[in-house]
Amino acid sequence: MKTHVVVFPGSNCDRDVAVAIEKIIGSLPKMVWHKDTSIDQSDLIVVPGGFSYGDYLRCGAMASTSPIMKSVIENANKGVPVLGICNGFQILIESGLLQGALMRNSSLSFICRDVIIKPTNSKSIFTNKSKISKMPIAHNEGNFFASDDQIKKMEDNEQIAFQYCNENGDINDESNPNGSIKNIAGILNQNKNVLGMMPHPERAAENIHGCEDGKTIFESILN
Amino acid sequence: MLAKIHITLKKDVLDPQGSVIANSLKSLGFDNVRDVRQGKFIELEIEGKDRDTATKQCNEMCEKLLANLVIEDYSVEIES
Repeated sequence: MKTHVVVFPGSNCDRDVAVAIEKIIGSLPKMVWHKDTSIDQSDLIVVPGGFSYGDYLRCGAMASTSPIMKSVIENANKGVPVLGICNGFQILIESGLLQGALMRNSSLSFICRDVIIKPTNSKSIFTNKSKISKMPIAHNEGNFFASDDQIKKMEDNEQIAFQYCNENGDINDESNPNGSIKNIAGILNQNKNVLGMMPHPERAAENIHGCEDGKTIFESILN
Repeated sequence: MLAKIHITLKKDVLDPQGSVIANSLKSLGFDNVRDVRQGKFIELEIEGKDRDTATKQCNEMCEKLLANLVIEDYSVEIES
């Protein structure tokens, strides 16, 4: 399986993702610098977390205009799986591959802790092995917003990938860390080959992390 | 020419920073503050003399990059 990880100035989860891909998918991904202009032949492109361009203007806004993003968009439109994690999710939204917006957390503070999420759509290429999972979040802007119309369309088209919940899988205000509409933690594009999520599966991918629930994302892609 | 661009959260989007600022202002005694909306202000120096062209360009800049139209509104003012 040929995989690629895009690296921007300020990415800081690129190597964690590479390690997770190597361990779970079985081969090292190719790291692609943001100034490169093409990604040829890929089975998975990951846009990793971090603080690309220092979060200037809006998180992900600068990165979305990077030269490499044209190729990421072309690949996504051809059906290549694209996974954006945390800042990667913000970048995919800013580049127009995913809908909605990620606003400042409702608490106005950076949140770094484990959360529990459950797959709302458990049929996609990224979520077919997912169950109720524990993974860390670490963000200041993860408060998902979309208009009522957009949310309705996304629900009808099964584009909501993950929602924050409690250990029993109940979706309620107490289990919503950042104020996201409908506890949304991750969404898919219309064709379900692009996933953006705020929780970090690569930081819960081996025993030493204290939790291995994040592995299911990569195992689903392999499936 | 100087372009002055204001970017604010749309009316129906919650602005938690604005709410906190409003509360702080009230605690300072400004009891008549009803609502605070925080936004961005961007100044651009642009070459050329045609105000209409500059306005059009700035609108395009806002739509492509400077504002996120899902949650934000913008307004453009050109000064020569």
